[in-house]
Amino acid sequence: MAIGGKQARENKTRYRKNGLNEEESYMVRNKLLLAAAILSGGAFASPAAAQSEQFIPILSYRTGAYAVNGVPYANGVADYYNLVNERDGGINGVKLLVEECETGYATDKGVECYERLKGKGPTGAAFFNPLSTGITFALTEKTTTDKIPIITMGYGRADSKNGAVFAYNFPLLGTYWSAADIAIQHVAKEVGGFDKLKGKKISLLYHDSPYGKEPIPMLQVLAKKYGFEFTPIPVTHPGVEQKSQWLSIRQNRPDYVLVWGWGVMNGTAVKEAAAVAYPRDKMIGVWWSGAEPDVQPAGDQAVGYKALMLQHGAGKFPVHADIEKYVYAKGMGASEPGKIGEVLYNRGMVNAMLGVEAIRKAQEKFGKKPLTGEQVRWGLENLNLSEARLKELGFEGMLKPIKISCSDHEGARDGRVQQWDGKGWKIISDWYTANQTETEPLVDEVSAKYAADKKIQPRDCSKES
Amino acid sequence: MLYREAGQFKTTYAEDMAIFPIRQDRMALAILLGIAFIGVPLLADFDIWPFGSDYLLRAILLPFLILALAAIGVNILVGYCGQISLGSGAFMAIGAYSAYKLGTGVHIPLAWLGFAISIPPLPVLLSILLGGLAAAVVGILFGIPSLRIKGLYLAVATLAAQFFFDWVFLRVPWFTNYAPSGSVSAPTLDFFGLNVGTPIERYMLCLIFVTVFAFLAKNLVRGNLGRQWMAIRDMDIAAELIGIRPLYAKLTAFAVSSFIIGVAGALWAFVYLGSWEPLAFSIERSLQLLFMVIIGGLGSIMGSFIGAAFILILPIMLNLLPTQLGVPLSTETITHLEFIIFGSLICYLLIKEPHGFARLISIGKEKLRLWPFPY
Repeated sequence: MAIGGKQARENKTRYRKNGLNEEESYMVRNKLLLAAAILSGGAFASPAAAQSEQFIPILSYRTGAYAVNGVPYANGVADYYNLVNERDGGINGVKLLVEECETGYATDKGVECYERLKGKGPTGAAFFNPLSTGITFALTEKTTTDKIPIITMGYGRADSKNGAVFAYNFPLLGTYWSAADIAIQHVAKEVGGFDKLKGKKISLLYHDSPYGKEPIPMLQVLAKKYGFEFTPIPVTHPGVEQKSQWLSIRQNRPDYVLVWGWGVMNGTAVKEAAAVAYPRDKMIGVWWSGAEPDVQPAGDQAVGYKALMLQHGAGKFPVHADIEKYVYAKGMGASEPGKIGEVLYNRGMVNAMLGVEAIRKAQEKFGKKPLTGEQVRWGLENLNLSEARLKELGFEGMLKPIKISCSDHEGARDGRVQQWDGKGWKIISDWYTANQTETEPLVDEVSAKYAADKKIQPRDCSKES
Repeated sequence: MLYREAGQFKTTYAEDMAIFPIRQDRMALAILLGIAFIGVPLLADFDIWPFGSDYLLRAILLPFLILALAAIGVNILVGYCGQISLGSGAFMAIGAYSAYKLGTGVHIPLAWLGFAISIPPLPVLLSILLGGLAAAVVGILFGIPSLRIKGLYLAVATLAAQFFFDWVFLRVPWFTNYAPSGSVSAPTLDFFGLNVGTPIERYMLCLIFVTVFAFLAKNLVRGNLGRQWMAIRDMDIAAELIGIRPLYAKLTAFAVSSFIIGVAGALWAFVYLGSWEPLAFSIERSLQLLFMVIIGGLGSIMGSFIGAAFILILPIMLNLLPTQLGVPLSTETITHLEFIIFGSLICYLLIKEPHGFARLISIGKEKLRLWPFPY
């Protein structure tokens, strides 16, 4: 930039000699400055950021096979950050500087976006939130080296619940193993008790990627415990072709089909189920297979379809009123106003809120200034949102209190079940809490193996504060 | 004036047959290698923009080098030997997963024979090279149909390799060491006791691999074997009549090409991704490599580099540009624009110069020779 300015000054004097008037030379200078800024800034440099802003990257996907789910989520995230800036003037006066990068749900694009955004802003990225289990796997090691936390709310690797090994991973609010446990609890309730699960057939229709494969070990453990017959059925990316899978479901007639899909795969599964006349109310989607875009394309065929809730569901809460007042009234909203309050929009908001609160917590210790990823990590690990605080934030009724600790990076493992009635999602169950007696040994086993493979010395959680 | 071999007299046969007979070419190459081997690390060491940031090294140069290496492999098969292959992604995957298995220790329980085959974890360098070797063996196997079928039909046969190995690495848990998610991560990169971890070290590692293999390939294609490949490519019946064995020529092309692609696959997995799933080597990767070779120029080592740069780096630049210029566009618009501009550029280039960048460069050289009066 300094060189650019100097050049421009020199150019200005030269133009004067050539007889240009002041205004013209000013315009020329402006153009030259712009050109010089582009040249010196080039394609790699970050835009000059104010020194008092906290940079938060958003990895999103608004194109490709998963855009139907990626768009409302990304809108929720963007709107919440905007709300914090517009309503509160940032976090304790530290404004949020946000930049989006399109991953298209592709791992290599995600890694490129991560490299692009990790060093931006005065202190680098506060945290990453890739909304893709594949990208999470690819980034896990890199974020540990770069000391940037990675928030995977309701997705990511289930073993990263163990913060002693995965210091920088935060699968907040629930992992896939918790989801699997909640789903089986609900099935047990519907069939009339855990003892009735014996001999039942439960299939898992899953997206054939790390995302879909994550719940399998947990479901195998549960199948052994309760004596139900478990069949995993893979669906190839992106999931528009499911004829053979549903044919085998028709032959096998499982009592329940758990759906672990994403993007177009969800809607296709509902339609194919209707085509083979498999009852939709025996299908239970994970919380990523239970949003409006998943059921709306199937129309009436989707009526009765059930899905888990990652605590919150659809609907508007006090925080939505703030968003409408401070963001949409100023014309800064990312979404169509009618789509505020959809399931995935709300999830994006919750996600952004947890990140913001982690930064706020970290500011208590490190001061009211832009923080590094390492400092935000401390904030995440000590995050403690009480009922009262959630009410203050306007999330009352959406979330239960959450408390993160070194040994528990998940924080809460509660869920409910909702059912699609053709117009909206209806909550049909009470709260379930995932049973840790099953998940815990598996978490310890798998994370211990990871630590041994990667030569990680697990932290002693009793010494962390 | 600048680029003219007039006055460069060769007094020995060795000089006449040198890999780069023209002095200006040698100088250009020396400068290029100097920049790559000394300039970039120095700039990175002194934190000089943009080399000081990880982004250029890790997100642009590293994938560029590795994919250029893979493109060289594809070019040997498709460009030099004329055998169209859509299975390059699969060969990369074989290289990656074989290297992974060898790098983490192989254990094959043969219960019915009462013993087990166990190989302790091998050093990283060895497992990468053996990964390439494994890809070469599979390449030969899938090259056998090429003796009977040609052209597009062969492309379909190699497509079978692509889907078969996608399936194998997704379905056979042995290859992923029974990882519950199917995602595996590479062992730590230790080379002779030296840990390759920082971006610049990784860059240097890939640069060494790419330089060595590019020189090997360049030498191969201008030697006996390369001429056999080109003869087969240009007209296989004529080649057979002058005494070239199609079996030998085609299978060596498959072997050498798959070896290089396999090594590139192992590097892609170990050095660039670090942790991966079979989707990293899907059919899209195969097509991407094929496009690199076509755009860069069939039958040109140089073209592989330019093709890799064009296909890999240009979309990233197009994506970065609007933000850098401060144009307020949403990410989806930018992505769609990227697709539109990139697609039209490919169309334009192939209409203007169907033989790719390599041909453009040789035309440029011709014109330089005649400079200042080119025609």
